[in-house]
Amino acid sequence: MVTTTHATATATATAPAAAATMADGDLSEDDRVGLARFLELIESDSRVEPTDWMPAAYRKTLVRQISQHGHSEIIGMQPEGNWITRAPSLKRKAILMAKVQDEAGHGLYLYSAAQTLGTDRDTMFEQLITGAAKYSSIFNYLTPTWADMGSIGWLVDGAAICNQVPLCRASYGPYARAMVRICKEESFHQRQGFEILLSLMNGTDAQAKMAQESVNRWYAPALMMFGPPDDESPNSKQSMEWNIKRFSNDELRQRFVDMLVPQAEILGITLPDPDLSFDEETGHWRFGELDWSEFYDVLKGNGQANSVRVAKRRAAHENGAWVREAARAYADKQAAAAATAAEAATLAQNEMVAA
Amino acid sequence: MSVKQRQAPTGIMTPELIETEIKGGLAATDSVGQYALGLGDDALVLAQRLGEWIANGPELEEDIALGNIGLDILGHARSFLTYAGSAWGKTEDDLAYFRSEPEFRCRQLFEQPIGDFAQTIARQLIASVYFDSLYRALMHSADPTLAAIAAKATKEVDYHLDHSTQWLLRLGLGTDESALRMQRGLDAMWPFVAELYSAEPVVESAAASVASVASAASAASVAEDDRGSLEGIAVDPRALRAEFDAVVPLLIEQAGLVVPKTGSVRGGGRLGIHSEAFGPMLAEMQVLARQHPGASW
Repeated sequence: MVTTTHATATATATAPAAAATMADGDLSEDDRVGLARFLELIESDSRVEPTDWMPAAYRKTLVRQISQHGHSEIIGMQPEGNWITRAPSLKRKAILMAKVQDEAGHGLYLYSAAQTLGTDRDTMFEQLITGAAKYSSIFNYLTPTWADMGSIGWLVDGAAICNQVPLCRASYGPYARAMVRICKEESFHQRQGFEILLSLMNGTDAQAKMAQESVNRWYAPALMMFGPPDDESPNSKQSMEWNIKRFSNDELRQRFVDMLVPQAEILGITLPDPDLSFDEETGHWRFGELDWSEFYDVLKGNGQANSVRVAKRRAAHENGAWVREAARAYADKQAAAAATAAEAATLAQNEMVAA
Repeated sequence: MSVKQRQAPTGIMTPELIETEIKGGLAATDSVGQYALGLGDDALVLAQRLGEWIANGPELEEDIALGNIGLDILGHARSFLTYAGSAWGKTEDDLAYFRSEPEFRCRQLFEQPIGDFAQTIARQLIASVYFDSLYRALMHSADPTLAAIAAKATKEVDYHLDHSTQWLLRLGLGTDESALRMQRGLDAMWPFVAELYSAEPVVESAAASVASVASAASAASVAEDDRGSLEGIAVDPRALRAEFDAVVPLLIEQAGLVVPKTGSVRGGGRLGIHSEAFGPMLAEMQVLARQHPGASW
């Protein structure tokens, strides 16, 4: 679904530019050639591929960002999974099941992209279920009402799209290509969220009230998904120099708000921001101060559901350990049987030749 | 393991398409509606159970696989229920959300809790073998809507059967623990097999009603009777049992497990008699819709 955590204070890869980190004397000849080629790729806005030489800090930043994005997809299944069994119509149930399933698929693409950088899925998963890895804080909010399925689609997936469309041009090839597919599905997700809210707003008074109450809760956290203001986002600069990140947190946030306002008008929903006003001069919607203390608090683990989300994924993983072991044991036995059969066939062939 | 040629499912019949046809005048007779209702309830309840696995699977691939299977089966449910509702001017949601426990017609296998992964696989294997035979037969139904729903479903069930079969083998031949769990899963689900393959009460009562009308009046009035015979329209599950017996015990033995020798539940799902796990499942499924009667979503 989304991640912006790379741009937060937790992603402490305050990696100085690759060239600057390495005094010439530290570099082998291979490294020197590799670095030159890498800088050339970045300079010409080309793609870096898994087999290409890359600075350790670039690799580390990508693994962190891509795996956090993957974790966000996997944890993001929970707040919506919460309503699959209670969806109020069969059509909505089908759409929601398909959407949550897409998220598992996104998690898989992303873990695969991260694996091309040399970190395996088991390691990343272990970091997730032990709480060592971060994921997007937005998923530490609860989904007490059905309207939250609408808000997540419209606001959370909407913010994700603003953030992720530029990632389709990220310098690391496997990540950029995974994002192309993910973005296509996200845009469908956003539309279905908008449609849920539209149905509620056009429904009974109780339904419209449910929609407004939900948007009131999700609006500010969705804006904070882009990460802290630019002057408090130390890692963004390096990521932008490496063509991983294309726009700053504040630029993306502004783009998102500009997109939301006309859509809110169509919905007939009020965005819970008294300071929201149109700036004739810039052509942008100005919005009020966000409560960043809440953002940092959720990040620290004090959100509505941090421990619950991780515990649930850990339980699923641990309860499934015997299944994975069985699958491995079965595959090993099959491979051994195939090897024995091949050996027997070779022996038989040799016998025949000898005869 | 199935080596059948696989085809990507094509959009032969969808709930939306059936809805359009209903608006154009398509309506099931009462007995066809009753029959479709039973099939729809089986699929709906199984899909609801499979939905419980999402975000709980033993690995991501299984979150996706079980979700996908659940989604296919929910699609079958929606088609059957939409068509069934046409007999009484009701929508799929009227039927899914505003009937009470005894009004549901699902067979009891589908209601059972998901249990552990092995129990889910045991149920899915039994269900897939049943659906596979059922929908292949129903494709030849004299009722074109039922035939079209079955034609789409049968392609999807082919994959479901493959998925369950592969897991039966992996768990049966994997580790000691997985074999034990798979055996227990089969033992737990086996008592519901006999009910699954028992007669369709609506077929029996429609036949009886046709017979009594026929003996009382002319053949012409039989044709006009709304509760007409389901002969050539419905599939008799008893005729499908031989296929189950030819396939499943062999698979179980291939997986190094024992064909269960359990008794059978008395059943009665098609008559509205349900197991204790069903009420709470239904309450959860219906709670939001019932808080807002008449609302659309």
